[in-house]
Amino acid sequence: MKRFATVMAGVVLVATPACSGTTADDKSAVLVFAASSMTDAFAEIEVAFENAHPGTDVQINIAGSSSLREQILGGAPADVFVSADESNMGTLVIEGEVAGQPRPLVVNGLQLAVPAGNPAGVSSLGDLASSDLLVGLCAEQVPCGFLARGVLARAGVEPSPDTNEPDVRALLTKIGAGELDVGMVYRTDVISAGDLVEGIDIPDEYNLSTIYPIAQLEGAPNPAGAALFIEFVLSEAGRVILDGHGFGLP
Amino acid sequence: MNESTGPRRVRESAPWPLVVLGIIGVALFVVPLLGLATRTPWGDLTELITSDVVADALRLSLVTSLLATAISLVLGVPLAWLLARVEFPGRNVVRAVVTLPMVLPPVVGGAALLFAFGRRGLVGEPLNEATGLLLPFSIWGAVLANTFVAMPFLVITVEGALSGLDPHFERAAATLGASRLTVFRRVTLPMIAPSLVAGAVLTWARALGEFGATVTFAGNLQGRTQTLPLAVFVALESNRDAAVAISLVLVAVSLTVLIGLRDRWWART
Repeated sequence: MKRFATVMAGVVLVATPACSGTTADDKSAVLVFAASSMTDAFAEIEVAFENAHPGTDVQINIAGSSSLREQILGGAPADVFVSADESNMGTLVIEGEVAGQPRPLVVNGLQLAVPAGNPAGVSSLGDLASSDLLVGLCAEQVPCGFLARGVLARAGVEPSPDTNEPDVRALLTKIGAGELDVGMVYRTDVISAGDLVEGIDIPDEYNLSTIYPIAQLEGAPNPAGAALFIEFVLSEAGRVILDGHGFGLP
Repeated sequence: MNESTGPRRVRESAPWPLVVLGIIGVALFVVPLLGLATRTPWGDLTELITSDVVADALRLSLVTSLLATAISLVLGVPLAWLLARVEFPGRNVVRAVVTLPMVLPPVVGGAALLFAFGRRGLVGEPLNEATGLLLPFSIWGAVLANTFVAMPFLVITVEGALSGLDPHFERAAATLGASRLTVFRRVTLPMIAPSLVAGAVLTWARALGEFGATVTFAGNLQGRTQTLPLAVFVALESNRDAAVAISLVLVAVSLTVLIGLRDRWWART
């Protein structure tokens, strides 16, 4: 399967510079690979960084952390990687793809999400066991589903899901459309969904959190730009933006 | 081309640019299959494809794709006949709308279905209130998603056949006193039978491979809405061996049916 990943990464390798019109020689470009849940926050950070450093061009490639990991292992010319969990970053560290040590960027936790107005009257984790409610979770193969099952196990709740969505945004869409009564998503997703979705806190004794590490990559075509970008994200200016999107301090 | 150039002669003198391009064309389809084969965990294959996840997904895939094909035949043949034979205002618009799912990203189709037939949807809400029926997250949601995406293949195939039909036979039957419905049933349908089968096979094949609309509209639950393509997708990044094994099942089922039907029916068309 590794060859498959290499081929896929090769496609990305060829396609990325072609789409953006830049090459590895262009020292002003910084290519950032970031986990999907970072979509909104990093769009804002991109603008702020480019304003702070005129002449630079940040390009952000968004996908699931495990897809990004495979692309980097396949030789994609990324400068910076932000993973939504420590295990995907850990694989890259073991493979010698990371320059230096990854640094913890943010922490994210789960929340119960219900459609605006909470029409089904959901109040606690126990409601996820109800067969009368339409319950959605992330598939256990993706980090949000794995984390959610961990939380439910700690609370002693056996869930009765009506769907195991392949990613957190798909789950959020169905909750926002009112097609599901309740689901478990990241706290930051509830914020990004705006008025469509309401969040219900999970008691701290059951909740689990995930740390997002950030790292410069060994094969970064623009190491100076990568270092500058990571510095900015971890600075007060970056912190404010991440806070605004609901990400906690690690 | 004169009489002496039969099929054999044409094959011998096939111009090399066509042959080269044709071979590249075939390679485009064969190479990915070889890629899949080289990554297949042959040793664990039996164990992987007899797991309950695969068995449930295979059963669901067969049931939903065959039901979608049946619904497409019942609704699609009359629709194709109307499009081919009756001139009505806006016919081209109707034809475009019917074939739209062929070019629309299936995820968009799934979202549209959700906003129409979901619990809060245009039709779904009154339907739910009147009957308690809920399409999303049920096997019927998967069937509806499959039908939405696959039926256009039946409609355009059958419409094409109807438009190309020699009208003399139908006229003769009508002259002999057969009603329009009898003509359709006894003359038209038998004459387009090969296209009907070809269209049904295409429809079934498209339904079997359906992913985007199904996952968006019907969700993903083992035994209820998780068809083979959905099972492959969720397994791909966590359990590649399982994903490859399921893919192989999908390829084997599809190829068996396509080859079997081609020998039996398509050679005649």
